[in-house]
Amino acid sequence: MAQKRVIVVGGGLAGLSAAMKLAEDGIPVDLFSLVPVKRSHSVCAQGGINACNEVARQQGYSEWEHFEETVLGGDFLANQPPVYEMAKMAPDVINLLDRMGVPFNRTAEGFRDLRLFGGSLYKRTHFAGATTGQQLLYALDEQCRRWEAAGLITKYEFWDFLSPVLSDNGVCSGIVAQDLRTMQIRAFRGDAVIIASGGNGLIFGQSTMSVICSGSAAARCYTAGARLGNPEFMQVHPTAIPGEDKCRLMSESARGEGGRIWVPKKKGDARHANDIPEGERDYFLERIYPKYKNIVPRDIATREIFYICEQGYGVGNGQMVYLDLTEKATGIKYEVLKKKLGGILEIYEKFVGVDPLHEPMKIYPAVHYAMGGLWVDFAKDGRPVEQGGGGMEKGNPRNQMTNIPGLYAAGEADFQYHGANRLGANSLLSCIFTGLFMGPSVKKYLSDVQKGSAADVNAFVYETRLKDQQKKYETLLKASGDQNPYLIHRELGKSMSDNCTIIRVNKRMKVTLALIDELKNRYQTRLGMPDGSTWTNQTLTFARATGDMLLLSEAITKAAIARDESRGAHFKVPDDKADRHDIPLDERAFQRDDANWLKTTLVTYKDQRAELSYEPVDTSLVKPRPRTYGKTAAVK
Amino acid sequence: MTVPQTQNQPPIVFNIKRQDKPDSMPYWQTFSVPYRPNMNVTSVLQYISAYPQTAEGEKTAPINYDVACLEEVCGSCTMLINGVARQACSALIDQMRGEKGAEATITIEPMSKFPVVRDLIVDRTRMFENLKRIKGWIPVDGYYNLGAGPKIEPRKQDSLYALSRCMTCGCCLEACPQFTLENAFVGAQIFSQVRYFNMHPTGKVDADERMEVMMGDGGITDCGNAQNCVKVCPKEIPLTESIGWIGRKATVYAVKEFLVK
Ligand SMILES: Cc1cc2nc3c(=O)[nH]c(=O)nc-3n(C[C@H](O)[C@H](O)[C@H](O)COP(=O)(O)OP(=O)(O)OC[C@H]3O[C@@H](n4cnc5c(N)ncnc54)[C@H](O)[C@@H]3O)c2cc1C
Ligand code: SF4
Ligand code: SF4
Ligand code: FES
Repeated sequence: MAQKRVIVVGGGLAGLSAAMKLAEDGIPVDLFSLVPVKRSHSVCAQGGINACNEVARQQGYSEWEHFEETVLGGDFLANQPPVYEMAKMAPDVINLLDRMGVPFNRTAEGFRDLRLFGGSLYKRTHFAGATTGQQLLYALDEQCRRWEAAGLITKYEFWDFLSPVLSDNGVCSGIVAQDLRTMQIRAFRGDAVIIASGGNGLIFGQSTMSVICSGSAAARCYTAGARLGNPEFMQVHPTAIPGEDKCRLMSESARGEGGRIWVPKKKGDARHANDIPEGERDYFLERIYPKYKNIVPRDIATREIFYICEQGYGVGNGQMVYLDLTEKATGIKYEVLKKKLGGILEIYEKFVGVDPLHEPMKIYPAVHYAMGGLWVDFAKDGRPVEQGGGGMEKGNPRNQMTNIPGLYAAGEADFQYHGANRLGANSLLSCIFTGLFMGPSVKKYLSDVQKGSAADVNAFVYETRLKDQQKKYETLLKASGDQNPYLIHRELGKSMSDNCTIIRVNKRMKVTLALIDELKNRYQTRLGMPDGSTWTNQTLTFARATGDMLLLSEAITKAAIARDESRGAHFKVPDDKADRHDIPLDERAFQRDDANWLKTTLVTYKDQRAELSYEPVDTSLVKPRPRTYGKTAAVK
Repeated sequence: MTVPQTQNQPPIVFNIKRQDKPDSMPYWQTFSVPYRPNMNVTSVLQYISAYPQTAEGEKTAPINYDVACLEEVCGSCTMLINGVARQACSALIDQMRGEKGAEATITIEPMSKFPVVRDLIVDRTRMFENLKRIKGWIPVDGYYNLGAGPKIEPRKQDSLYALSRCMTCGCCLEACPQFTLENAFVGAQIFSQVRYFNMHPTGKVDADERMEVMMGDGGITDCGNAQNCVKVCPKEIPLTESIGWIGRKATVYAVKEFLVK
C-alpha cells in the first residue's frame, strides 16, 4: 500500500507546527503556501504568547485560571473543553519553543521574562522583544527546513490552494492548487488535508493583517461544503496607526509594559500632547476600569476609544487617542522600554517619523483578528477535571476535523478557541497548540484501515476538480468587462469597515449586504482582467480571491444581522438608537442574551448563499457569568 | 522625518523597470500617481493596480511585486528604489521627496543579483537553499515535552536576538560586490546565520558541519570585507561582527582540522 501523505495548506505557526509534528512521526507532508513560509503573516505578531508559568503559579495562577480568563474574555461563546486543553498544554508549548532556540527575553538570572497582557492580572505572557511572532515563526520554519532536508516535508511555496478534492463518498482525498509562477494547475493526492491558512482581514480593506490574509483558502473549503463557525466575530484591536495601505498595529504589550491611553479633558485642545499637564488629561480606561485599567480586553478598550471620539474628545482628526509611553506618563526609563518594545517602537518611528518614547503615539482601533473560521470538531475527555479530564481526548481523529471527513483546520483559520473575543497573546498559542495537538489525531485518522487510501481514489475524481479550476482560471483570464478587481475589493472593504466592525446596526449592515449582492453580480458579469498574461499573473490571483472575499463577507454580515445581542466583539445597537450619541454606548446596545444566543453560529454554503443554523456551546466546565472587568464609573 | 504636508503637491512620477518573463527583455514604463500624505512605495504600486495605465495614458498590466506584511518584517518586498536595495513598504514618499525634491522621479527596479521572475519579483530560492546547506536549525530531540531549554543569560540573549531578526530579504546580497548571479558566494546573511546557530548551546552540536561550509567554495575566504552589506541591512544586524566572528572561528577550525589530520 502506498505511504499515506498529508497536505498542509498554510505555513504560518499553525501549519508549520502541524507539519513538523507529523514529519516527526514519519508521515510525509506536502506544504503549500502563497509565500515562502518564512514570510507568512505570523511573522507580524509582536506582543507575546501566553502560558501559566512558575512565577504566576506561586502567585495563585494556574492553567485553570488561564482557561477561565480565556473563556471569560471570549464572553462564553467558546466550547470549553478545547480551551481547557490548550491552557493545560501551554507551558509545554513554551518549553518546546525555548528548546528550539526562540530568543525569549530573559531575567537577570537567565530565566524567561514575563509581561502583563490584556484580560489578566498575572504576568503570563512570554515574549521575544516586540517581535515574538517573527521569532516563533523562524524557529518553526527552521524545524521544517530540517525535515525538508530529510525528505519528509516537500514545500510548495508560491502556490495557491484552489479547492479540496472530495472522493465519491465525500472524503477529502487531496487538493487542487496553482503554481503562481508558471500558473500551472495541478491536483495532489493526500490522505488528510489541513487548512492552516490564517485570517481574513483583507475583507475589511485595511486591517493590521498582512495583505495576503484574504481568507480565500477557508472560503474555498466553505464552497466545497465545509461549515463556518461564528464568522461574525471579528476582533477590532484598540491600538493601531491608521494608514491607507495598512493599519499598523501597536501591540497590547505597549500597554502591558505600562503604556497609558488618554485624551485631553478639554475638547479640541490644540496644545501639543507633551504640553498638556497631567491634571488636564483623561486616562479614561483607568477611570472606568480601575482594576484592569489599560489592559481591559480588546473589544472593551476599542469601544471606549470609539465612544470617547464620538463624544468629541478625539485628537488629530478627532478619530485618534493618545497611547503614551513617555517616561513622564509611565514612570519607566527610556532604555527599559526601548529594550522590551524595540520592534514596535521602530515601526512607529519608521512610519510616523516620531519617537514614541518622547511623544505620545496617536492611535485608533483597526480590524485585527478573525475569531470565527472553519468549524472544527473535538472529542471530549470525559474524565472529571480532578482526574486529568475535562479537556480533549488526545489522539481522537475528530479533534480539529471539519464536517468534511479528512479535512482539518488549525490556527486562525479555525473557529474553536477564542469565542466572541480573543485575549491578547492567546493566538500564537492556539496556532501552535492546534498544530501540535492535532498531529496524533491526524495520524490516528490515517491509520484507520477501513477508510482506504487516497492512492485508491479514482483518477477521474481529481481530473474533474482540476478541470473545474482550469475552467474558472480561463474564464477569469478572459474577463473583459469594465470592473477592475482591485476596485471591487476597495468598495467591499470600505462598506465592511464602515458597517460591520466596532458598532453594528442592522439597517446599516443590510446596506452592506445589498452591496455585496450587487458586487457579486458585477463580479460575475462585468469583471475586467487588466492582465492577460499566463505567467506569474498576480492580478488574476487577486481577482480569484476577491470572489472568495465576497462570499465570506456575505457569511459575516448575515450572521451579524441575525445575532440580536451584544457579545464580545459583536456589539449591536438597535436601529432606532443608532444615532443617539447622547446615550452611553452600553445603554444604547443590546445586552448579552444567553437565553437566546449562547450558541455557535454555523454557516453552510447552499444554493450559492450563506445559510445559517446554530448549535449549543459546551459550557461544561464554568458557568457563564457577566463580564464586567470591575467597571465602575458611569461613562461620562 | 516627514516633510510638512501640503495638499496640492505634484503627482509622484515613477519610472519602473518591467520584464514579462524570465528570459524576455526588460523595458521601462513611467507612471504618474496622485500624491497623498504618508504614502509608501507599496501604496503607489497598489494604486497602479487599481488604475493600470502609464503616464502617457496607455493601458498596461498591473505591476507584479512580492508583498505581505507591509511593515518591514516579512522581507518580501525588497527592490531597488532609486538604485538602493530596500523594502518598498517602508520606503516613504514624503521622506524621499524631502531628500530629492517633490518633482524628482522615483526609479524602481527588481534586484539585480537574483533571477527576475516577472516585473519586480525575483527568485530568492538560493538564500533558502543556503540555509539548508548550513543546517540552519536547532537539532532538538523531538517535539515531546522534555522540559525547558538551556538557561541563557540576558547578554547572550541580546546577541542572539539581534541575529535572529534576519528576514531573508536579500539587501545585503544585492549590495555585496562579491555576490553575483553566477558564483556560489553565500554572503553576509549566511555568515550571520551560521554565527547565530553556532552560538546557541544546542545549535553548537552541528557547529563543525556549518564551519565546513564556511571553509568551502563560496565561503568566508571569498568575502572582500567591503562592508557594503552592513550598511543596507534594514534590521541592523551586526553583519561586520558576524563576518569577523566567522573569520576567527574559521582560523581555529582550520588549525584543529590540520592537527587531527
Ligand atoms: C500585527 C499583528 C500582531 C499580532 N500579535 C500577536 C501577539 O502578540 N500574540 C498573539 O497571540 N497573536 C498575535 N496576533 C495574531 C496572530 O499573529 C495570528 O493569529 C497568527 O499568527 C495566525 O497564524 P496562522 O498560522 O493561523 O496563519 P498565518 O500566519 O496567517 O499563515 C497563513 C498561511 O496560509 C497560507 N495561505 C493562505 N491562503 C492560502 C491559499 N489560498 N493557498 C495557499 N496558502 C495559503 C499563507 O501563505 C500562510 O503561509 C497578531 C496579529 C497581527 C495582525
Ligand atoms: S563584507 Fe563585503 S564582501 Fe563581505 S559579505 Fe559584506 S559586502 Fe559582501
Ligand atoms: S542580514 Fe539583513 S539585509 Fe541580509 S537578508 Fe538578513 S535582514 Fe536582509
Ligand atoms: S511587505 Fe513585508 S517587508 Fe515589505
